[in-house]
Amino acid sequence: MRAQFVMSEIGVGLRRNLTMTFAVIISVALSLALFGGSLLMRDQVSKMKGYWYDKVNVSIYLCNKSDAEDNGESGSKACAKGAVTPEQKQQIETDLKKMDLVETVHYESSDEAYKHYKERFGHTALASVITPDQMPDSFRVKLKQPEKYKVITTAFAGRDGVQSVADQHTELDNLFTMLGYLNWAALGIMLIMLIVALLLIVNTVRVSAFSRRRETGIMRLVGASSFYIQVPFIMEAAFAGLIGAVFACAMLGAGQYFVIDHGASLRTKMELINFIGWDSVLTKLPLVLVIGVLMPSLAAFIALRKYLKV
Amino acid sequence: MIRFDNVSKSYPKQNRPALRDVSLDIAKGEFVFLVGSSGSGKSTFLRLVLREERASHGQVHVLGKDLAKLSNWKVPQMRRQLGTVFQDFRLLPNKTVAENVAFAQEVIGKPRGEIRKAVPQVLELVGLGGKEDRMPGELSGGEQQRVAIARAFVNRPALLIADEPTGNLDPQTSVGIMKLLDRINRTGTTVIMATHDQQIVDQMRKRVIELEQGRLVRDQSRGVYGYQH
Repeated sequence: MRAQFVMSEIGVGLRRNLTMTFAVIISVALSLALFGGSLLMRDQVSKMKGYWYDKVNVSIYLCNKSDAEDNGESGSKACAKGAVTPEQKQQIETDLKKMDLVETVHYESSDEAYKHYKERFGHTALASVITPDQMPDSFRVKLKQPEKYKVITTAFAGRDGVQSVADQHTELDNLFTMLGYLNWAALGIMLIMLIVALLLIVNTVRVSAFSRRRETGIMRLVGASSFYIQVPFIMEAAFAGLIGAVFACAMLGAGQYFVIDHGASLRTKMELINFIGWDSVLTKLPLVLVIGVLMPSLAAFIALRKYLKV
Repeated sequence: MIRFDNVSKSYPKQNRPALRDVSLDIAKGEFVFLVGSSGSGKSTFLRLVLREERASHGQVHVLGKDLAKLSNWKVPQMRRQLGTVFQDFRLLPNKTVAENVAFAQEVIGKPRGEIRKAVPQVLELVGLGGKEDRMPGELSGGEQQRVAIARAFVNRPALLIADEPTGNLDPQTSVGIMKLLDRINRTGTTVIMATHDQQIVDQMRKRVIELEQGRLVRDQSRGVYGYQH
């Protein structure tokens, strides 16, 4: 195999089909950018999950006097049996500490709750009328496996003395579900783009093979191996794919740079969310490049198998 | 060299088979004319030898190999021992004479040094010495066919297949081409030539195989083109 000879054939082929080559490059770039983007989205979601699930506690709110007096008027009859007794409190705490799932249990008295509330909402009108005994006592439970928060809910909701079990996970889960759907949508678009890219590649390779049928015909007659005949076409597709993949990588990098780090700079504007870093982006690039080269090569190979028979 | 045993070939969607029950033997070093009207099966015969088609029935042996049993990836190896020349020359218009000939060696991975030696040699043999750097378009039909013959012969094939090589040439030029093919034949290369050219066949007095509607109707050593139809 003579490298120089093969390279010159590839150059000729790519230039001959310039418009098709561009179409291939663009569609490969877009589909791979979407692919990389959805991988990064997945990273982002799992990172947010890890971060937020760690921060979020399950809160078991206990009945206080005002809940008991309320007695269902505000819709909840959980505290119909009166305010929580010290024995019930003790029982809940020991039960919690017996569970394998539980990492730490923190008791927050109504005074502490009042203090925290004042710190956060002290300037509002509601805060000025609220009194410490209106705030519920609560257990703040931290879990070893945050995603299993439902176990706590089923175990303690409806117990005597328990007003409610609040898990902020539910709120988060809604967000994550939405992000999950977005991710699926991106993957769907990617799939369509990928099919478009593959069809374009197949077509380009066929056109290329057709425009060079004289050469390939002679090659066959003098006994060039089918590998030798096919290599220039496959390399063409691989080369176009590689350029597309490089563009896709550039798009991913630009996304990280202009959307998260600088430009729109979401990282500083949305401090509550911890965004993925460059390490995430960089680890995706080799995969994008490899797929960008292999996928068109494979498509070309399949296209040629029918076209350039021995 | 070539043996056909009861070979038939039919193409899909065609009622009449292109070849019917053809058996023949061509020995090493022979010069054979393949004659017959259009559609008589000459091209099919050559395509079977080149293993561009497979026989529907019967066995085709070329260079001692049963082509039916030859796997696809071994076909290129076999074709390297065959040279092919066509009526329409089939040269690459954007390559020079020397490059056209060298192409046949490049694509089978011959080392560059060998190509540099073999190309001028074979061009000299076909009488194109000094025209290495000309483009095919600048040459006459006869010269172009000589380039094609040089390309077919540069790898020193055991068998040269010529499909109406003089079909596009005037009688005088054709005589030159026939002399060249005869010379190649004398080096020990077997030559099979399909032709319509009565004059050439009658002059050369070589073995003549005649096909008619896919059947072998005549196999005559030192034959003539045929009876007037």
